[in-house]
Amino acid sequence: MSNETLKTKLAEYNAKVEKSLAKFPERKNLAHNRIYTQLDVEALDTVNDIGFPGEYPFTRGVQPTMYRGRFWTMRMYAGFSTAEESNKRYRYLLESGGTGLSCAFDLPTQIGYDSDDQMAEGEVGKVGVAIDSLADMEILFDSIDLSKVSTSMTINAPASVLLAMYIAVAEKNGVSADKLRGTIQNDILKEYAARGTYIFPPKPSMRLITNIFEYCSTNVPQWNTISISGYHIREAGSTASQEIAFTIADGIAYVDAAIKAGLNVDDFAGRLSFFWNAHNNVLEEVAKFRASRRVWAKVMKERFGAQKPKSWMLRVHTQTAGSMLTAQQPENNIVRVALQTAAAVMGGTQSLHTNSKDEALALPTEDSVRVALRTQQIVAYESGLADVVDPLGGSYYVEALTNQIEQEAWDYIKKIDDIGGAVVAIEQGYIQKEIQDSAYKWQMEVEKGDRIIVGVNKFQIEEKPVEGLLRVDASVGELQKKKLADLRAKRDNAAVTKALGDLRKACQDDNVNLMPFILDAVKTYATLGEICGVMREVFGEYQPHATL
Amino acid sequence: MEKTIRVLVAKPGLDGHDRGAKVVARALRDAGFEVIYTGLRQTPEQITQAALQEDVQVVALSVLSGAHNTLFPRIVELLKNEGMNDVLVIGGGVIPDADIPGLKAAGIAEVFTPGTPTSNISDFIKASVK
Repeated sequence: MSNETLKTKLAEYNAKVEKSLAKFPERKNLAHNRIYTQLDVEALDTVNDIGFPGEYPFTRGVQPTMYRGRFWTMRMYAGFSTAEESNKRYRYLLESGGTGLSCAFDLPTQIGYDSDDQMAEGEVGKVGVAIDSLADMEILFDSIDLSKVSTSMTINAPASVLLAMYIAVAEKNGVSADKLRGTIQNDILKEYAARGTYIFPPKPSMRLITNIFEYCSTNVPQWNTISISGYHIREAGSTASQEIAFTIADGIAYVDAAIKAGLNVDDFAGRLSFFWNAHNNVLEEVAKFRASRRVWAKVMKERFGAQKPKSWMLRVHTQTAGSMLTAQQPENNIVRVALQTAAAVMGGTQSLHTNSKDEALALPTEDSVRVALRTQQIVAYESGLADVVDPLGGSYYVEALTNQIEQEAWDYIKKIDDIGGAVVAIEQGYIQKEIQDSAYKWQMEVEKGDRIIVGVNKFQIEEKPVEGLLRVDASVGELQKKKLADLRAKRDNAAVTKALGDLRKACQDDNVNLMPFILDAVKTYATLGEICGVMREVFGEYQPHATL
Repeated sequence: MEKTIRVLVAKPGLDGHDRGAKVVARALRDAGFEVIYTGLRQTPEQITQAALQEDVQVVALSVLSGAHNTLFPRIVELLKNEGMNDVLVIGGGVIPDADIPGLKAAGIAEVFTPGTPTSNISDFIKASVK
C-alpha cells in the first residue's frame, strides 16, 4: 500500500471512529494514539535502527541467540535475619531451579554500620541479611560453590567492602578471584536521587567506584563492577522515559569519572551492567528496554568512542515493580508479576527477579517465593514468549514507542548535560524533583479515579487480615551483637588496628587504589562498621537537602 | 482566624523509601496544612527536637523497613518526655495488620497502610486536631 493510500485509509478510519464516539465515548487518559501504522515508523531504518540481535545498536537484544540459546538467569533477591537463615534460603532457591543468587542486605549493612551501632537499632536483619564481618559472609555462602554460581549483591556505598569479603570467602574455599562471577550494585548516584543508602559525599564515592572498576579489570575480570540502576528511580515514582534517561545520565557520569581517573574506556565498559524495572504497562516496558539499549550503544560508541562491541552493550538485570504490588487482594499480585515478567522477557532481559505476592505486606514466605520463581519458569517453558528473539520487533506501535522513549531520554540527557552532568543535577535536586513530580501526579490520578488499580480504587472487597506473613525474629539484633562481641574478643586486634591504619593512610591519598587495603582489612576480620568508620573519618558524610 | 495545622513528616531509622512520605507531605500541603519534611535517616531524638522546634501539632512517621515497632513507640515516648502530650502521632508504611493494635496501644493515633488515599490522612488530622 502506498503512503498516500494509507493516509486516506487512516483518515477514513478516524472519521468512522469519531462517529461512533458520539455514542460510545473513548476511555479517558489514554497516552498513545488510537492506532499505529507504517506512517508512524516511516523514518525508521530497518537495518540501522532496528538491526539484528547482537549487533549495534542492539535494539533487538545484546546476544545473537537470546533465549534460543539459554533462558535469562532466574535470580531471586533474598536475604533476611542472620547469615545462617539466609544461607538456608539461598540453598532452597538453588535447589528449586534458581540459577543465580541475589543478596539482600539489611539497612545497617547497606549504610556501613555494625549491628551493635546505635543507628542500627530496630533495623538489624529486617530488609536483608546482617553482615558485620567476614565471619558472617563465610556462613552466608556455606556449602555454595562460588566457582559455579553467579552472585548479585545489592550493596552500594560499602560495595568495595562486601566485594572484598566475597573475594576473601572464595579464596578460603579455594576459588580464585578470576573465577568469580557476579555483580555489585555499586551505583551511588541513584542512592542520592532515589534509594537513600548513601554514606560518603559524591567525590570520594566516585573514587571508590573507579577504584573498583580498575581493580576488577585485572583481578576479578568476570565481575560486573556496577549495576547502574533505574529500578529504584522508577520505584520512587518516575516515568519509563525518566527511568532510562536518569540512569543513562548516571552511567555517563561513571564513565566520565573513570576516564578522568586514567582508565581506558574499553578496559572497563564491558563490565558495566544495568538494572531496569518491569512495570505494569507491558508494551511500554518492552519499548523502554529496546530504547535503552539503543541509547546506551550510541552513548558508548559516539560520545565515548568505545571500540569494542562489548562496551556498547546494555546488559540488564530486571526486577518486577515492587511499588505496583497491592496490599489489597494480594493474590492479584501474581497476575501483575506474570505480566511484568512477560514484559521483561519480550524486552530481552539478561536476568530477572520476580516479586512475591505478599511483598506489599512483608518479606516473602518460602511458598510465595516459589510461586514467583514458577512464574518465570512458566513464561520460559510454556508461554512461547521466549521462543523468538525480540518478538515485538516491527510492531508499528512498539517501534513508534521505542522511538518516542528514546527521544524523551535524549532530551533529558541533553538537559542534564546542560546542568553539568548527573552529579550536579542530583546535588541541585533537579532529578529528585522530576521524580517526585511524576510520583505525585500518579498518586493524584489514582485518587481521582483517572488511573485504576484493581482492588485499590475499584473492585474492592471486604478483606480479612492476611495470615502467615514472614516475621523476622526480633532476637536477631541481640544475636548479631553477641557474635560481634565474640569476634572482637578472639580476633588478632593488633592486625586489625594495623590494617585500619593502612587503610586510613590510603584514603588520604587520592592516587591510591583502596581495594587492596580494604581486602587486607577484611581478612583480619575488621568489621564493616570499622572499615566504613575509617572512611567516614577521612571522607565525611553526605548531607542531603530534602526537597518537596 | 483558625490557626493553620502544622505537621512534621518524618522518616525515622535507616529506611530510604521516601516516595510515600513525600507524596503525603505534598498532599497535606495542598490540603492546607503547613508541612515540614525532615528528610531521611532521622533518629527518634532528632525527630522529637524537630517537632519541638517547629511547634507542630502532628507528627507523621513513615517506615517501610520493618523497624516501626521499635521506632514509633520510642518517638511517642520522647515526645511525652518533652511535654508534648497533645501532639497527634500517626504512622504509615509497610506495616502488617497484626502490628497495628500494639502501635495504637503505644500511642500512635492511626496507622495508614499502602493504598490509603491521601485525603483519608488529611481528614483524619482535621478531625483529630483540636
